Amino acid sequence: MLTGSTGNKAVAEAVSQAEPGVIAAYPITPQTEIVEQIATYVAEGKIGCEYIMVESEHSAMAACIGASVSGVRTFTATSSHGLLYMHEMLNWAAGARLPIVMANVNRAPGPGWNIWAEHTDSLQERDTGWLQVYVSTVQEAYDTTLMAFRIAEHADVLLPVMINLDGFLLSHIFQSLETVHIEDYIPPFSLPHMIDTKAPLGYGTLTGPETHFKFRWAIERSMRAARPVIDDAQIEFKKRFGREYGKVDEYLCDDADVIVISLGTLGKEAEVAVDLLRSEGIKAGSLRVRWLRPFPSLNISGKELVVIDRDYSFGFGGILANEIKAKYKTDVFSVIAGIGGQEVTFGDIASFVRDRRLGTEYWFGVKANV
Amino acid sequence: MYEIRIHSRGGQGGVTAARLLALAAFRDGKYATAFPFYGAERRGAPVVSFVRIDDRQIRVYSMIEKPDLVIVLDSSVMETVDVMHGLKPDGKIIVNSAYPLEVGGKKASTVDLTGIALNVGLVVAGSPVLNTAVIGALAKMGTISFESAKQAIKEMFSDERNISAASLAFSEVNI
Amino acid sequence: MEIPKEEYILRCTSACAGCSASLALRYVLKACGPDIALVVPACCTSVIQGIYPNTAFNVPVYNIAFASAAACASGMIAGFRKQKKNTKVVVFAGDGGTVDIGIQAMSGAFERGTDFLYICYDNEAYGNTGMQRSGATPLGAATTTTPAGKNEWKKDLDRIVEAHNPPYLATACSAYPKDLFNKVKKALSIKGPKFIHILAPCPPGWRYPTEKSVEIGKLAVKSGVWVLYEREYGKLTINGPSKAAIIKPSPLSDYIKMQGRFKTAEAEQISKMEQRILANQNRLALEEKGIC
Repeated sequence: MLTGSTGNKAVAEAVSQAEPGVIAAYPITPQTEIVEQIATYVAEGKIGCEYIMVESEHSAMAACIGASVSGVRTFTATSSHGLLYMHEMLNWAAGARLPIVMANVNRAPGPGWNIWAEHTDSLQERDTGWLQVYVSTVQEAYDTTLMAFRIAEHADVLLPVMINLDGFLLSHIFQSLETVHIEDYIPPFSLPHMIDTKAPLGYGTLTGPETHFKFRWAIERSMRAARPVIDDAQIEFKKRFGREYGKVDEYLCDDADVIVISLGTLGKEAEVAVDLLRSEGIKAGSLRVRWLRPFPSLNISGKELVVIDRDYSFGFGGILANEIKAKYKTDVFSVIAGIGGQEVTFGDIASFVRDRRLGTEYWFGVKANV
Repeated sequence: MYEIRIHSRGGQGGVTAARLLALAAFRDGKYATAFPFYGAERRGAPVVSFVRIDDRQIRVYSMIEKPDLVIVLDSSVMETVDVMHGLKPDGKIIVNSAYPLEVGGKKASTVDLTGIALNVGLVVAGSPVLNTAVIGALAKMGTISFESAKQAIKEMFSDERNISAASLAFSEVNI
Repeated sequence: MEIPKEEYILRCTSACAGCSASLALRYVLKACGPDIALVVPACCTSVIQGIYPNTAFNVPVYNIAFASAAACASGMIAGFRKQKKNTKVVVFAGDGGTVDIGIQAMSGAFERGTDFLYICYDNEAYGNTGMQRSGATPLGAATTTTPAGKNEWKKDLDRIVEAHNPPYLATACSAYPKDLFNKVKKALSIKGPKFIHILAPCPPGWRYPTEKSVEIGKLAVKSGVWVLYEREYGKLTINGPSKAAIIKPSPLSDYIKMQGRFKTAEAEQISKMEQRILANQNRLALEEKGIC
């Protein structure tokens, strides 16, 4: 059915169709609309789940962990400080191999108080063992939330998935949304290590140095195994519902001399910049990284790269730029832009490309640049 | 691409008006996006919402710099906000007003949205509801079709008076 | 009530000799039976289960991060309920994981009316990490972070929990296992958030000979340092041993002098403790009589 929705409500709608057994969440701007919408669904009886309105995000993730291991599908949503407050439990969720699905509405960490879009929150959680996906439209937020449950709960994966959407830019935008009947797209929940009082196990007991690394390696093995599972989920999605998604979203990259690489809504804005540049005779393309963990393979050899980071690792550089530099041993023009919701237009992106200086870093809006 | 900026005050329904407009555009078979600029505004502070309508998917997320149409739901915001800012030379402006108006040397379309809302009894928490009436006026101006306008209102609101308000604005707007 | 012969703690724990926390847990689990899941935050109990791939506990034990036991239990019981399972969820947490780092999650779970049993076993310090001061460490007690003795009072956990109006709240002591067993049984028969606070003397931490754990626990009750009582739907009942202690308490010094941790306690601190014991006993006795 074609309707209109915000990014937040699209996530809530997908969650209601996935029918989690337990949802535990805590409100935070700009994610709050998700927990409010879910509360409405629960009150209306549209979702038959247990909804725990916890007293903190740390507890939200702890409750999801307890619920998941009891043997039910779980979901939570958060943003920025909420995500960072959960940090300890994010490690626990992944280490305990629990397929929890979470929506994170990307927002700048303080201080000062800033409620606008930034990717530094989720990128600080890169190393926790969560799969991470970044979406760019309301439709994609809905579709990807459905995929997330299927991927997380797959027997080869059994790792949590974080869906990231840009604060306000996507969480609060109203766009068209085509909902689907998911039928058996998400198989029934099954967790091989769920609690069984007839066959009791110790979970997360003391683990010595001679075994701990094996569990860590198992996480990495599953991260690698997640790649074909993601492919399969996306192919099956196209087959059933007609919409196509890749691990990355490429726009006019094949014949491009220069490619703009980014996450989230910036990737869509960059497509408009590409059209503008091409009208000027610059053969540009846009590559939007959708799945950041596991990191996808990028077709970028022989291209000049302009990487836009709405994030930063202090004392090092733009996080996405440096992941690409490290993985592909290539120089990039690293642009730091959009932090704290800073306005970045397609015109701005076009000028990043025109004025690119490979091997350097440029802070958009800062006069004295490195 | 047709770009619209809506000026209102927090709580007056500018965000909903933008969403209604986008929904009506979907029903016209077009692509649309509606989004507010979220500052740290409180109820009653001047706020801005944006709508983009196009025949193809809209990929721009940044704010609208050069609108084709400016909608002013509360004329008092014009005392502190330059509502004409960036308006294209051939762009239009519509103001909620019972009287004819010129804004920045340009003749504005006018419609008495407040009067219409009070007339049909659309008052929520003491404030007249302006967002459904304005959709009727915009249909008359050709931004969306009147059929789709009514359809969008029906999808978002069950109260029939919203349709009455839109119909009144459709016939009363002074273009 | 007959205490079952079934053992859920097997004879291979890595607990210290004379550990009263594992003694208490033994009776807790006997009262719970096999259809429970135990949630354990970081504490001595996370260690005494043994090292992977072995465990000394014969019920499902979910180990969870320090601050989050009650929240994890909230999710777990919701999950069991959703699956129409009757499995009960019991938190077994130390004092640090309860009165300090875990108090927010615990308060949240009680406020939400979570149907679970929260047990705090209180050895009055961070025992697992070698006896650092916690909010539950009593006035005058030396720990590795209060080498000259603690200058502050023990946090009154029970009155904090009581403020949440749980349907069942009780204190217990590892030296009175039958009393503990009965309290756990009773708690599990009630719906909603239940709380049991167990005083669990710790030989290495409190610095007394390993064979004295029961004796020390009894002295804590007899001197009135620890009062055994229950609150069912708010109504207070002081249990037998503490009733006797209110009428004729044994001297506090008997309890203090057996423990190395009070070596540095000043006479003034001990006299303050005596006054507080009296005030606490009076308050409870008057409340039980319905006078206040």
